[in-house]
Amino acid sequence: MTTLELLRLLGQGLLETLYMTLISTFLSYLIGLPLGMLLTVTDKKGLRPNRAVNLTLGFVINMLRSVPFLILAVAIIPFTRLVVGTSIGSTATIVPLVVAAAPYVARMIESSLREVDAGVIEAARSMGSSDRQVLFKVMVPEAKPSLMVGATIATTTILGYSAMAGFMAGGGLGTIAINYGYHRYNTGIMLYTVALLIIVVQIIQEAGLHLARRLDRRRRAE
Amino acid sequence: MNTQDNIILKVENLSKVFAVKPEPIEALMDINLEIYAGEIFGIIGLSGAGKSTLIRCLNLLEKPTSGRVFFKGRDLSALPKSELLKLRQSMGMIFQSFNLFQQRSAIENICYPLEIARVSREQRLSRARKLLELVGLPDRETATPSELSGGQQQRVAIARALATSPSVLLCDEATSALDPSTTDSILALLKKINRELGVTIVLITHEMSVVERICDRVAVIDRSRIVEVGSVTEIFVRPQSAIARQLVFPGGELVERLTGDTALRIVFDGESSFEPVLANMVLACQAPVNILSADSKNIEGRAYGQMLIQLPDDPAAQRRIHEYLKSRNITFTEEIWHDNA
Ligand SMILES: Nc1ncnc2c1ncn2[C@@H]1O[C@H](COP(=O)(O)OP(=O)(O)O)[C@@H](O)[C@H]1O
Ligand SMILES: [Mg+2]
Repeated sequence: MTTLELLRLLGQGLLETLYMTLISTFLSYLIGLPLGMLLTVTDKKGLRPNRAVNLTLGFVINMLRSVPFLILAVAIIPFTRLVVGTSIGSTATIVPLVVAAAPYVARMIESSLREVDAGVIEAARSMGSSDRQVLFKVMVPEAKPSLMVGATIATTTILGYSAMAGFMAGGGLGTIAINYGYHRYNTGIMLYTVALLIIVVQIIQEAGLHLARRLDRRRRAE
Repeated sequence: MNTQDNIILKVENLSKVFAVKPEPIEALMDINLEIYAGEIFGIIGLSGAGKSTLIRCLNLLEKPTSGRVFFKGRDLSALPKSELLKLRQSMGMIFQSFNLFQQRSAIENICYPLEIARVSREQRLSRARKLLELVGLPDRETATPSELSGGQQQRVAIARALATSPSVLLCDEATSALDPSTTDSILALLKKINRELGVTIVLITHEMSVVERICDRVAVIDRSRIVEVGSVTEIFVRPQSAIARQLVFPGGELVERLTGDTALRIVFDGESSFEPVLANMVLACQAPVNILSADSKNIEGRAYGQMLIQLPDDPAAQRRIHEYLKSRNITFTEEIWHDNA
């Protein structure tokens, strides 16, 4: 394989990985964000405690989260086929990624919102805020830096899952690593893809944490 | 004047039980209170007595288990939720830990209640600037809470609580997290808000010195019940309950019945006001006195007239009282008093 071919291969893989990761993160938040809010709001100490909703939702989320990603991905192949028409390639991989990550995102959102000081919420309520205003005008903005850290962790986790999906021809860098490194014993290519994955994770991590710090208006004592 | 028509907040047979395990907690038992418009009303008690629960019942942040709260004659528990939310805009609240929005600057904090009240952006900003001026922080508009000292944060919290021009300000241990000199300045600010804006203040504290400095009347709460309500002077000079005595004389010295025959006639010539003089004297000298007779008028906070007080037997305490009165330039004469009753 020429260097040019190698670069093209890796470039293609990188783009697919980014495509899967970003779309999956976005869709996971689309589903996980409202679920995380619902978990927080229906909590015993939440704005609208509701034991039944909270326990049911919590149970489903825990169940999905305790299934290892590859097993989950295989188990829902029929569902993936139904949605995308195929179970291989990067677009198909988005389905199991979202199913696995949305519950994870919901828990992250819940834990960030829970960190908001109860006294601050009390103050907002004393000013006549409705539950909706407390949630959207106080809790979410107050939790912004923590939500941003959560989003960074979620994105890198989803990227890791997407690489695992290489085992089932999920596309992206993971598939390249499996095809060349595992099946054809081409350790060189495998190492390149792993290095590339590490670099991408580092960049996402640094950028995310930097943004979280920028967003945070609290000044930490030096 | 304090009359029935002047009651701004009224608490009627209020009880609060927290249904927790293993045993429910009766945090408030049969509370009755009347708070008058324009006064600074203190509620004092030890930690765990139920003070915070009580003040949170006043704006229904805590829902009473039974009993009712009236604000300007309206039964709060009968209000639909939307009305209650709107009504909270006429009752500001401040807290021991300030509770500012950490991700908003000082001015944005003050703007929040105005956003809730749907005031236009321009009006919000101009109102917020006026309030920052009022609380003495005109140059800290863009500072975030983490850049402000405790005292400054409480000033911003006060400005925020006043944004919607409430008629009542509820203060839950507002100075308990502050050092003594900052406490003084915050109390002075509260007093100014009460006098200049006519805001009724309900203030909760575990410190008698806070009550002494700014309250007009005070209720003493002990183990979920109100045990005593009266003017600050009454509580200081003649505390009825064990807990009030403990709060007034934390040293444990106390009000055994006075038997001495030494009395002082104090003359009030309008230079000082009656309540702080007596209360401060009792506190500063750590000595109980009895008011034997008083013929004084309180005109705009100034006292005119005379008062006869019975002193404790302890000569050291008597000397302290003499010296205290002298140091305050208060005219007095010593008399022998015989209990003819
Ligand atoms: N939300 C709650 N759930 C259960 N118990 C509570 C709650 N809030 C207060 N209490 C209890 O009620 C009592 C009075 O508390 P509080 O009003 O905070 O007292 P204070 O403000 O005078 O220190 C305490 O025993 C406290 O533990
Ligand atoms: Mg308290």
